[in-house]
Amino acid sequence: MTYVRPKFRHPELPKNKLGYSVDYYEGALSTLCAGCGHDSISAGIIQAAYEMNIEPHKLAKLSGIGCSSKTPAYFLSNSHGFNSVHGRMPSVATGANLANKDLIYFGVSGDGDTASIGMGQFVHAIRRGLNMTYIVMNNGCYGLTKGQDSATADQGSKNKSGNVNLFESIDLASLAIELGATFVAQSFSGDKSQLVPLIKAAMNHPGFAFINVISPCVTFNNNMGSTKSYDYVRQHVEATATVDFVPQMKEISVEYGKGSHKEVVMHDGSVIQLHKLSEDWDPLNRQSAMNAVLNAKAKNEILTGLLYVNPDAHDLHYMIQTTDVPLNTLGKEVLCPGSEMLAEINAGLK
Amino acid sequence: MSTKSKINDFVIRFANVNGTGSASANFLFTKAIFRMGIPVTPKNIFPSNIQGLPTWYEVRVNEKGYLGRREGIDLMVAVNPQSMLKDVQDVRSGGYFMYDSSKVLHKEYIREDITYLGIPLMQMCNEAYTDARQRQLFKNIIYVGALAALFNIEFSVLEELLAEQFKGKEKLIPANVKALKLGVDYVHANFKYPLEFRVERRDLVKGKIMMEGNAACGLGAVYAGATVAAWYPITPSTSVVEAFMDYSDEFRTDKITGKRNVAIVQAEDELAAIGMVIGANWNGARSFTATSGPGVSLMNEFLGLAYFAEIPTVLVDVQRTGPSTGMPTRTQQSDIMEAAYASHGDTKHVLLFPSTPKECFDSMLDAFDLSEGLQTPVIVMTDLDLGMNDHVSPELTFDDKREYKRGKVLDAAALEKIEKFGRYLDVDKDGITYRTIPATHPTKGSFFTRGTSRDEYATYTEDSGAYQRNMDRLVRKWDTAKKMVPAPQVYQKKNESKTGILFFGTSQYAAEEAMDILKADKIIVDAIRLKSFPFTKEVVDFINTHDKVFVIEQNRDAQMRSLLMIEMDADPKKLISVLNYDGMPITADRILNQIKTNLSAKGTAKAVSVKPAASKAAPKKIAPKKKVVAKKKAVKKVAPKKKAAPKKKIAAKKKVVKKVAAKKKVVKKVVAKKKTAPKKVSKKKAVAKKKVVAKKSNNKKAAKKKR
Repeated sequence: MTYVRPKFRHPELPKNKLGYSVDYYEGALSTLCAGCGHDSISAGIIQAAYEMNIEPHKLAKLSGIGCSSKTPAYFLSNSHGFNSVHGRMPSVATGANLANKDLIYFGVSGDGDTASIGMGQFVHAIRRGLNMTYIVMNNGCYGLTKGQDSATADQGSKNKSGNVNLFESIDLASLAIELGATFVAQSFSGDKSQLVPLIKAAMNHPGFAFINVISPCVTFNNNMGSTKSYDYVRQHVEATATVDFVPQMKEISVEYGKGSHKEVVMHDGSVIQLHKLSEDWDPLNRQSAMNAVLNAKAKNEILTGLLYVNPDAHDLHYMIQTTDVPLNTLGKEVLCPGSEMLAEINAGLK
Repeated sequence: MSTKSKINDFVIRFANVNGTGSASANFLFTKAIFRMGIPVTPKNIFPSNIQGLPTWYEVRVNEKGYLGRREGIDLMVAVNPQSMLKDVQDVRSGGYFMYDSSKVLHKEYIREDITYLGIPLMQMCNEAYTDARQRQLFKNIIYVGALAALFNIEFSVLEELLAEQFKGKEKLIPANVKALKLGVDYVHANFKYPLEFRVERRDLVKGKIMMEGNAACGLGAVYAGATVAAWYPITPSTSVVEAFMDYSDEFRTDKITGKRNVAIVQAEDELAAIGMVIGANWNGARSFTATSGPGVSLMNEFLGLAYFAEIPTVLVDVQRTGPSTGMPTRTQQSDIMEAAYASHGDTKHVLLFPSTPKECFDSMLDAFDLSEGLQTPVIVMTDLDLGMNDHVSPELTFDDKREYKRGKVLDAAALEKIEKFGRYLDVDKDGITYRTIPATHPTKGSFFTRGTSRDEYATYTEDSGAYQRNMDRLVRKWDTAKKMVPAPQVYQKKNESKTGILFFGTSQYAAEEAMDILKADKIIVDAIRLKSFPFTKEVVDFINTHDKVFVIEQNRDAQMRSLLMIEMDADPKKLISVLNYDGMPITADRILNQIKTNLSAKGTAKAVSVKPAASKAAPKKIAPKKKVVAKKKAVKKVAPKKKAAPKKKIAAKKKVVKKVAAKKKVVKKVVAKKKTAPKKVSKKKAVAKKKVVAKKSNNKKAAKKKR
């Protein structure tokens, strides 16, 4: 935990298109443990928002309860935030999104918040194609209550007190693909170069964008025998591809290694650049993506990177045909049928 | 009840099988009487079932305008063999029993003191119609025709209603008219008619409409400018949102593009429904949900969040018989405590108690203004009786000059003028602070909404002082609410008695009737009808200026009485419970019995709570029930609930238990609820809008059925 953060910033920090330097996207001081993976993800979010030229007030950040759900306080302090109740962020995000379709909705949750108490809301938000970015900071344990196993803890994984988890883990990424999420990615909090472009692409995605980020709990789940420790994850990470996200056809600027190269063009003209490392995987094909995840799991590997994307995604508003302007801008003159109509209704009830 | 006058004063009950198209025929009968200018009260007594189980429809005709239920059936239309034995017994002595005489009536159904009206419905249908479905449906129309002849209902009125109902489908009219005539002709040929019970045209329902409370709530939400609705199906609240949907199709949908100024989402459960409502309100849209008791149990956690984080939230609770799944298709007012103190910790919520469809409509307008004005949940407390039965109600009104009161919301210009925005800073000292909607201003006004404690600037804190300041401010806001909520209806300008009666919601109908009957017996009581919680000054004054106040309510535990004691420190000794909790709407008889028993129990200066007749089935004995179950006087002492019992103890205790149960039962309950969809819900009943659109195809229920 850092107690003091110097206010000083380099006066010549580079500015983005809006004229903001990266510090403009910071939040309050984190109160998480020193070395917590979640803080790295927060830093990734800050970087992504900065690079995406996002107006912070045009983004709403929402969360549930737990260590991960505290993080929205630690980034984008000029955004409205909503720290709701345990496992219920998706419903609050759904309501908020219905009220104003023009904002970017950024949800942060944890493995307890999503895979246990909030499973119902998580899967239904996906089903509805809610236009939001949903990040799970996944550490396989309940940090805030001192390290109990969560539902994403792998079977056989040992926690700090030496207990071995008996139960099958819930794989959130494959679940999201199966339920029809139109953008599914997996990453590691220690891999910022992969995480930042994924967050950028997710924020730009016009449907439900899910990123499962393995984010070790340094205090309760970073021991030998844990499959969510820094060491274990570093050893078992297997990337699908190197990723870069290019908003609206900007010049391509990524280094490529060998292997095939794929560009996914999104509807608004932005491009996700994938340099594939794995041959038998097509990120535009749900089944192929699903296979890739399952195969990796069978080999005890954690497949990271963009797993699946459907560039033709439609969101909830499209499905229920809400009007083009945000509902929260409509006034009485539009919404209220008035007394004359009421007289007609009365007449029909005589 | 007196049966002296039999003109425009009787009760008829239809005993049908669920899912046979009886509802539309029965409604045709009711509507015809209403059209003839006579006040009428229909009640559905339906099973938690879609098809096959017994269902009853009871209609009270009363030209004095008493719209409460009345016990004692003057005429029973029995077309359900399953329930026939009970149906025979339910007829009052001297009454009539109409049945299908296609088969001979077994002697166990024969009573000496009632008159039998046998009509060979099945036989007539088989002769007149070839189609199986028609044979079933027109059986119902034939008995309506027979009743028209027996009661002197004007045939032209029935024809007029059919014409409205089948507007655009005129070819269906002749078959229906033919069925009506079959019934009429049979009566003319076989019985003495009209009966002594009969109708005569009056002009007593001028300015009145007939509508269900749920439809009025749905329409009210449209008029109130609700743009987001989230819900989970549960009887008896489902038709609130269905009405909102239907009216939205009409009033919120662009006829050319199909785009809608509304978002309606069927949630995965009640938790999600209320979560969506909170999210939408937080983001500046007016949003609501509707549910019943089990849903409120599930919504508790979120209601606590909305209370503490101060987010407007509108919830309609159409109460049904609890606890647990209870009797899902019967009425009760038993969520009072549950709603008033929903959620853990020190919470309380604003409640509204409408008692007519018009008040349902108005309550929705008020609920949104209050909820945004106070930045807190407002729960509209209706019940199954009000929500799912047609009620004769004053016409709905809307003042076009009425603006939506959005409360203390700062826009960009206002934020510019502020040095530092404090979301929970009590600038005006009324406990209500200023809020901002996301995306209002690039650099000012953003804050972190949370269910944790925070300081005046919405920053997380565990500082005791800041926490307590906030809790005390919420009490200040509660006091402000007392000046904003609708005042009660006080019936007397000046007190006329030392005894008062207090009631709310659908108890109004029976209570007013009881008051008149008491008056005729020279027992004068003052009356007050609550319309809201917190209690306003008028309520305090009423209780303080009477020695004895009968608190009339439809639950077992005298929940409103408890609330009065807790919130007003009212002396328990003077609050006497008059209760009804058998699942049927309360009757004037029920109220009178309990009041009279108490008043005649002289010398019992102590607090006396008279239990109601345990089961309503009992008074079914044939004799008119003047001298009621006095033996039930089992004068139960009201455990003087430790006068200054720390506010919420009672409620809280109960809640803990309930909640645990609720949590465990989530899965089961969902399943159970699915099963409980009653016939009406599935039938997608009567939303008045259709009537407007198709220029009053009035008898829509019938319309639906016949198609």
